Amino acid sequence: MPTVSKGDGMRGLAVFISDIRNCKSKEAEIKRINKELANIRSKFKGDKALDGYSKKKYVCKLLFIFLLGHDIDFGHMEAVNLLSSNKYTEKQIGYLFISVLVNSNSDLIRLINNGIKNDLASRNPTFMNLALHCIANVGSREMAEAFAFEIPSILVAGDTMDSVKQSAALCLLRLNRTSPDLVPMGEWTARVVHLLNDQHLGVVTAATSLITTLAQKSPDDFKTSISLAVARLSRIVTSASIDLQDYTYYFVAAPWLSVKLLRLLQCYPPPEDAALRSRLTECLETILNKAQEPPKSKKVQHSNAKNAVLFEAISLIIHHDSEPTLLVRACNQLGQFLQHRETNLRYLALESMCTLASSEFSHEAVKTHIDTVINALKTERDVSVRQRAVDLLYAMCDRSNAKQIVAEMLSYLETADYSIREEIVLKVAILAEKYAVDYTWYVDTILNLIRVAGDYVSEEVWYRVIQIVINRDDVQGYAAKTVFEALQAPACHENLVKVGGYILGEFGNLIAGDSRSSPLVQFSLLHSKFHLCSVPTRALLLSAYIKFINLFPEVKATIQDVLRSDSQLRNADVELQQRAVEYLKLSCIASTDILATVLEEMPPFPERESSILAKLKRKKGPGKLPDIDENRRNVNGSSEHSENTDTTNKVSYVLNLNSSPSTGPSLLVDVFSDSSTSASVDVSEDNFSRWGHFVSLVEQNRPAIKLKCLQLGHTALLQKSVLFYYCVLVNSRFVCKNNGVIYENQLLQIGLKSEYRQNLGRIYVFYGNKTSTQFLSFSSFVTSSDILKTHILHCLISVDPIIEGGAQVQQILNIECVSDFTDAPVLNIQFRYGGTLQNIAVKLPVMLNKFFQPTEMTSQDFFQRWKQLGILGFGVALLDGVDPNPANFVGAGVIHTKSTQVGCLLRLEPNAQAQMYRLTLRTSRESVSQRLCELLGEQF
Amino acid sequence: MTRLAKWYMQFDDDEKQKLIEEVHAVVTVRDAKHTNFVEFRNFKIIYRRYAGLYFCICVDVTDNNLAYLEGIHNFVEVLNEYFHNVCELDLVFNFYKVYTVVDEMFLAGEIRETSQTKVLKQLLMLQSLE
Repeated sequence: MPTVSKGDGMRGLAVFISDIRNCKSKEAEIKRINKELANIRSKFKGDKALDGYSKKKYVCKLLFIFLLGHDIDFGHMEAVNLLSSNKYTEKQIGYLFISVLVNSNSDLIRLINNGIKNDLASRNPTFMNLALHCIANVGSREMAEAFAFEIPSILVAGDTMDSVKQSAALCLLRLNRTSPDLVPMGEWTARVVHLLNDQHLGVVTAATSLITTLAQKSPDDFKTSISLAVARLSRIVTSASIDLQDYTYYFVAAPWLSVKLLRLLQCYPPPEDAALRSRLTECLETILNKAQEPPKSKKVQHSNAKNAVLFEAISLIIHHDSEPTLLVRACNQLGQFLQHRETNLRYLALESMCTLASSEFSHEAVKTHIDTVINALKTERDVSVRQRAVDLLYAMCDRSNAKQIVAEMLSYLETADYSIREEIVLKVAILAEKYAVDYTWYVDTILNLIRVAGDYVSEEVWYRVIQIVINRDDVQGYAAKTVFEALQAPACHENLVKVGGYILGEFGNLIAGDSRSSPLVQFSLLHSKFHLCSVPTRALLLSAYIKFINLFPEVKATIQDVLRSDSQLRNADVELQQRAVEYLKLSCIASTDILATVLEEMPPFPERESSILAKLKRKKGPGKLPDIDENRRNVNGSSEHSENTDTTNKVSYVLNLNSSPSTGPSLLVDVFSDSSTSASVDVSEDNFSRWGHFVSLVEQNRPAIKLKCLQLGHTALLQKSVLFYYCVLVNSRFVCKNNGVIYENQLLQIGLKSEYRQNLGRIYVFYGNKTSTQFLSFSSFVTSSDILKTHILHCLISVDPIIEGGAQVQQILNIECVSDFTDAPVLNIQFRYGGTLQNIAVKLPVMLNKFFQPTEMTSQDFFQRWKQLGILGFGVALLDGVDPNPANFVGAGVIHTKSTQVGCLLRLEPNAQAQMYRLTLRTSRESVSQRLCELLGEQF
Repeated sequence: MTRLAKWYMQFDDDEKQKLIEEVHAVVTVRDAKHTNFVEFRNFKIIYRRYAGLYFCICVDVTDNNLAYLEGIHNFVEVLNEYFHNVCELDLVFNFYKVYTVVDEMFLAGEIRETSQTKVLKQLLMLQSLE
């Protein structure tokens, strides 16, 4: 047992700690602790009043037990009692117990606060400090409420002892951090600034922290601190070290205070007053000069303390960003550190240079160190140092060195630590895009990324390469050729298959002229990867195949065979099965023209912030990503800036990474997929294959056909309305129903209420704005296919172009049925939400059966009562007792159109055992029979 | 084994335990050639090793690394002086005094007093009190 300092030793405590340390097992320890707890409990409960010393000793034992990791559920009251002791050692243990074990037990808080209050009022500096330290350590709201008013006056009172001032300042700082609303600003704030002049450097140290915290929140209130801080700093920096005896640390004058003062000055711009400004510049120059002087000691403490001040001075120089000489000097100093034998200094130099790189004055100076930094990337042993080197390379990159930096990063990636690979991938992708003059280089770089670190290439990265290829027609042929070649590798990453599938599906035709990459070769190459891929990639490949059918009619039969195979048509995965079925059917029945329209090349993507940059920002956290904005380097002739304006709009938009992100979903949203994620979807394969989803001509294994509608992001795509006419899907829920919600997304709900009378229909369309923001330029119109136009007429009453947030607007649509029809008209809606144009197209449930008029059969025998059954809403009158088999349903009705009326008889013969039914319809027109049969068939 | 922990932000006991374990995990794997700084969540840890003892401070990423690194050493020198050649056991048996030393030098997560002379004078004065 080490000797316990004399005076206040608690022998019992030392014995107990020894016992615990001698325990051979956890069980033994717990046993010893339980014994002690029982002992303490009995002492606390005993009749005999405990003296202060015993109380202190037991409370201290409890604290020790708690710190070993055991729960303590008693002794709090005894600890609180210690606060009212007159003895320092007892008080101290009481406060310590409370600081470590405090909980918001309200009764106790009141007692604790009472103890603190007494000590604050005691005028005994030792007791006052104990109380202040307790408040500073606990920092609870209750304490802020009780003492936030009192502490400022202690802090600025003339007769307060220095050490109490120190504690009061930091105590106030803690309360300001935890409960800023409770710390009143007032007359004391002006006086607190003058503590910077205090003779006691400990007081200045504590006060500087407080003032810095307050100045960050309300800089204007503490402006006067600038001149005082500069004066103080100047005196420290120019002093002979013996002047500040107690505060000299290894021959460095008051290093911590200097650092704090320099940080305080970083709350403000450079001083406006010229004299003050030059005095500060002098200080900063002196600090830079001292770095060049021979060290006064070989001890690391000396150099660390000196360099702490130096780095903080450089931070201030960078913060001011106004003195080119200082910036360049700072850069040169950091350049020396880049090769220092101390890892800490190399690390800090890389970190600090990263911020220097974004200054227009020092960017060029930073660039001169590129070789050293690249060398650091290759040779540093500490991954965090290599990470800083990557950050710095990223920050110093511009058009002049982009190729070198990207190449170095790519080669480093092959051996990089797993923990930083993803970030490097993002950085390479961003730099390659930003500084691509030649987009073939960009495509090569991204494909290299996938090759070298495919697992770390996130969706954002491969979405982005596709966006860029689609938006730039000069690179499409090269991209197709390059992915085709890359896919030749026997083992290539799945991300490459995705990019390859997408690009060949879009632009495979550009390389199909070469027999080595003929359509069949392309298809076989892609399909050879199919079986090794995950479901989402396979789904994307299926979409590529249907695109191939459009691009290359000669491989249609081959692809159809693949789609037709059991492994596709009967795939256990519903998504894959559905695509195979739909694509196969589409390829079989659609004409070449329709195929060409449906599967047309993707239109350009809208301008937006690079999703990669957004991801990197998220990853690094705000403020940690160096700004690589082009505009910073105006001083050097701003080559990049002018280049940008010279290029075409298209180029600059691709290059423009810093444009604000578009709001809301601006791309196509498919109600089949989870639309909640759509806002962030870029080039997802769903988007790529979207047409296929809507071309569902087939019965599926699914119980019901879902509502299908389109929300289009590009007005250009709206013109592709041929799709709607082609797609004969009917919202089956509405076949037997006239009212309900027909469409809903995050912004808008569309409800319908319809009435039909003979050949006329009226649909009330309700648009509900689900957001709190106005929809502007709201407009709607109804379109029909050319054929449909000859069969139905519609007239939409126009509505107000503004829909207020939360409001519902009604619009009336009148429909007249001229003759029988199969297709349905489409309601197109367009509006502006938060600056983004929204387009929605919904197929209206206008179906032939809506124009039914139920007919009462004259024969008494045939008519007894209506049956309330599912098909009642269909429009026909159900007739009971007409059919000799009572299990069958028979109905009759007349379809009213303008030109003619079509009588209709219906017979449904269910076979319950076989779970089948037969439906027979007889009408005077074949087309009506067919259509009604389809509509009714979907209901079962 | 954690000899002493001081918290300047609110955490519940489970979070504290988790943080202690995480800090332990990131710091102890590093060797002498590494820097004395580690990124940690949204903060950074400045640490220094003395024989088997690690002294770690978790600060904001913008804080001055070297100032805190020397802050640790300054603290260790005070402990050494106060306990006359401090060893780990001194910190175990006198844990309640170590808290006092911490509070004298660091308060509310900030540096309170840096002068070893002043701190030791104050500690000796407190030592003399009953």
